[in-house]
Amino acid sequence: MRLLRAFGWFWWDLVIGDDWRIAAYVVLVLGAGAGLAAAGAPDPVIALGAVVALMTCFAGLLVRDVRR
Amino acid sequence: MSATTLALVGSVFVASFVEFVEAFTIVLAMGTTRGWRSALSGALAAAVALAGFTLVLGYAIRTWLPEALLQLVVGVLLLVFGLQWLRKAVLRSSGRKALSDEDARYARETGAAARADRTTYAGIDLFGFLVSLKGVFLEGVEVVFIVLTFGLQAGRVALASVAAVAAGLLVAATGFALRRPLAAVPENTMKYAVGVMLTGFGTFWSVQGLGWFRAGHESVGWPLGEWALPLVVLAWLALTRALVALLATRPSEVVR
Repeated sequence: MRLLRAFGWFWWDLVIGDDWRIAAYVVLVLGAGAGLAAAGAPDPVIALGAVVALMTCFAGLLVRDVRR
Repeated sequence: MSATTLALVGSVFVASFVEFVEAFTIVLAMGTTRGWRSALSGALAAAVALAGFTLVLGYAIRTWLPEALLQLVVGVLLLVFGLQWLRKAVLRSSGRKALSDEDARYARETGAAARADRTTYAGIDLFGFLVSLKGVFLEGVEVVFIVLTFGLQAGRVALASVAAVAAGLLVAATGFALRRPLAAVPENTMKYAVGVMLTGFGTFWSVQGLGWFRAGHESVGWPLGEWALPLVVLAWLALTRALVALLATRPSEVVR
């Protein structure tokens, strides 16, 4: 059981790192993009929308952390 | 060699170089305190494990994933990796987080090694062996991920592997010649550059991969096609420079 837990932590630490919110917002933004793609939205809307959302979330998270 | 391939090789080389500098510090600390035989055995065991891991993971990803899904998986991994590097790089560049320091890491590792009990097996000190193995494997797994994600997506795994191995050999040759941690390497600047590249490529490919969710699974096309890639990378660079400038002007506060 300890070995399994250590194995799980290893992968969590490798992929998610020390700030799980980054992975969470990447999944949320790309999930929204997937929804747009499935709904048949035009390519430029999906691409530019995803870039703007990813950058806004990154900047917002960082500024919020520092000002807190 | 195209500009994209050159960017790929450069990114893999610099990312691998930074990771190997950190791994070298650990091996050097174990070698000087617990003996070179144990430290190098641990590093060699980690290298063998990494080679096997690369083969299995590379084969599995290449064989099982269709193109759009491959772009999505690779893009998401690069994005999550890249954004973590970029977050730390912005905090360090704006003075909100301590800079990475190989001399301090070396002092920590040698201190812990000097205090640890000595248990030997077949002439190898287990503490030195295991710490070396763990250090090289953990840093190496990140290199493997970067080599595979960049290499598979661009169809240049061999070239990406050569770039990583070259970086490893350069670090080892320089480090063993100097016999001290490579603290003079501009590690933080290199991590910043790699963070921008990983995030830029990750954004580009993950958006393309969103096409997997629509009928026909056709990749999402970028406005301007492949020319959008350097623009995305530049956009991330511009955003992070602006953030560094903005955060550096505020009262200092260290972030976890």
